[in-house]
Amino acid sequence: MSSFLAGLPPASIIIVGALLVPLLKGRARAAFVLLLPILSGVQLLGFFGLPEGAQLQIDLLGYTLTLNRIDKLSLVFGLIFHIVALLTVIYALHVKDAVQHMAGLVYASAGIAAVFAGDLITLFVYWELTAIASVFLIWARKTEAAYRSGMRYLIIQVGSGVLLLAGTIVHYQATGSLAFDHLGLGTTGTNLIFLAFGIKCAFPLLHNWLQDAYPQATVTGTVFLSAFTTKLAVYALARGYAGTEILIPIGVIMTIFPIFFAVIENDLRKVLAYSLNNQLGFMVVGVGIGTELALNGTVSHAFAHLLYKALLFMSMGAVLYRVGTIKASELGGLYKSMPFTTIFCIIGAMSISAFPLFSGFVTKSMIISAAGYEHLMWAFLGLTFASAGVMEHSGIKIPFFAFFAHDSGLRPKEAPLNMLVAMGGAAALCILIGVFPGPLYALLPYDAEYHPYTTAHVVTSLQLLLWAALAFAVLMRTGLYPAETRSTNLDTDWVYRRGLPRLIGVVAIGVRAAYRAVTGATNMAVGGVLGRVSRHHKGHGVFARTWATGSSVLWVAGLLAAFLVMYYLR
Amino acid sequence: MSGDSGGWLDRPRNVTRLVYGLAIVCGGLLIADLLYHKHVEFDFEGWFGFYALFGFLAFVFIVLLGAQLRKILMRDEDYYDE
Repeated sequence: MSSFLAGLPPASIIIVGALLVPLLKGRARAAFVLLLPILSGVQLLGFFGLPEGAQLQIDLLGYTLTLNRIDKLSLVFGLIFHIVALLTVIYALHVKDAVQHMAGLVYASAGIAAVFAGDLITLFVYWELTAIASVFLIWARKTEAAYRSGMRYLIIQVGSGVLLLAGTIVHYQATGSLAFDHLGLGTTGTNLIFLAFGIKCAFPLLHNWLQDAYPQATVTGTVFLSAFTTKLAVYALARGYAGTEILIPIGVIMTIFPIFFAVIENDLRKVLAYSLNNQLGFMVVGVGIGTELALNGTVSHAFAHLLYKALLFMSMGAVLYRVGTIKASELGGLYKSMPFTTIFCIIGAMSISAFPLFSGFVTKSMIISAAGYEHLMWAFLGLTFASAGVMEHSGIKIPFFAFFAHDSGLRPKEAPLNMLVAMGGAAALCILIGVFPGPLYALLPYDAEYHPYTTAHVVTSLQLLLWAALAFAVLMRTGLYPAETRSTNLDTDWVYRRGLPRLIGVVAIGVRAAYRAVTGATNMAVGGVLGRVSRHHKGHGVFARTWATGSSVLWVAGLLAAFLVMYYLR
Repeated sequence: MSGDSGGWLDRPRNVTRLVYGLAIVCGGLLIADLLYHKHVEFDFEGWFGFYALFGFLAFVFIVLLGAQLRKILMRDEDYYDE
């Protein structure tokens, strides 16, 4: 069966199946939505048996489109996307709303299909489909804030797609090629495509759609969202722009600035959105360094990150689902009634913080080591600093303020069984990868050898992380740690949510005043002319009077007489 | 909440014990720096306790600067009024 399925376009099973979801109800629907990623996974196993290169091509309007391009890079992303899709579908099994199931499935399949796209047109189609399908996960929250945030998200995401299409057209005009291979910066076309990828990858100043939209989505929608869009962008950068040096400073800035926003943010799912931005920075630096070790680091870090980030969003989603809020200022002490969710959250927190024996340790270190081997001192220091930051916002803040801190008195029920199964699966994979990195390393695109468990690496990592934890204890005990308070923190979304509307308001007032002044002056000038004209032409004006026929004849006769007189006098 | 207020973590003495325990582990990790050969890419990595001090100071810096940022960035919760 696997070989038959391997002949179909990637993820087509999920896309077609998603359309049938509304026809089913109850257990039948639950079984069906579970079956889709599993069947698609069987198809994926078939891909592993195919030779590398273009496997499925169609001709459309004279262009050859590659729907399935197999190589190690597409396979490893295809695999982790399937794993996360399955875990998230399990996590969302209790949801009754068919729209959310459909949107989640179509979104996941578009992400999967996009990493197998061998040409820029196919990439563009799936790029836009991820945008359009995923916005329904935000709108499904059915609040005014979610609707508006979803609109902003959609405009920015579709805008990224439009840039990708524009870049593709310019690139095709210049080179005659639609192939999606290494592009590199330097031409208008590839620069536009780079910008499109940068928006979806949440580059600094292009990032705020992420923190704006993700916390607005539904409990399960945010878990879907956290997976596909940004990692598709990381994949696209790794494929098209490996070794592009500007990505190193871009990535380092991405690892650092979100840390400060995460410290002061009260909405814990928004803290995770900033944390996600920071993790993308590590991957972007790896792409920028571009050595085989660095690219392996990026791919493996994306793999590990997809699992622990989904796990963290799942645990915060479970809290939101049970308590009805995810604000740190309202939470605390939940470990007493949600012990499993607490343990899974801590496993996710230790994985993202890169504790030895957890997944982040065996993947992130590859990128930092690659920076060291290339003697990129500032990148090395920046990433090490950012690692302490990860410990702050995701390692400590998320589990501490949700499950410990001061007792809020809330005693919600433990998360539903399907959520616990999904979190348990993700947590188990986080530990398995951390303890046995071999199978993941074997999947990576290059043969760069790397040994994470050296004495120095284990000791220095523990020093960094535990001394950071000690700093937390000291700051808490001395009262220097800022209290969690209900607030909104300004970020670049202020520009288009307040700044530009205000600017438009000011401009509108100016334009209105100028318009009035100009029309006033014009009215006076024109009024004067019109007054004179009307004095002569209007009513009893000289030119407006009606004249008796007789007097006209008299005038004509007079004129003729004058003419005769002049004639004789000549 | 009388039923579960006697949790182990609810007693301040136990939290203090945890903090002292963490401090002892941190001290041990610092001493561990003397016990193995460190292969380094940059000289500063070889300094005694570099990573421990870096982690501690980075964390303090992040939190204190974040607290200052609040003065500039923090608004009411319903600032955007949506």
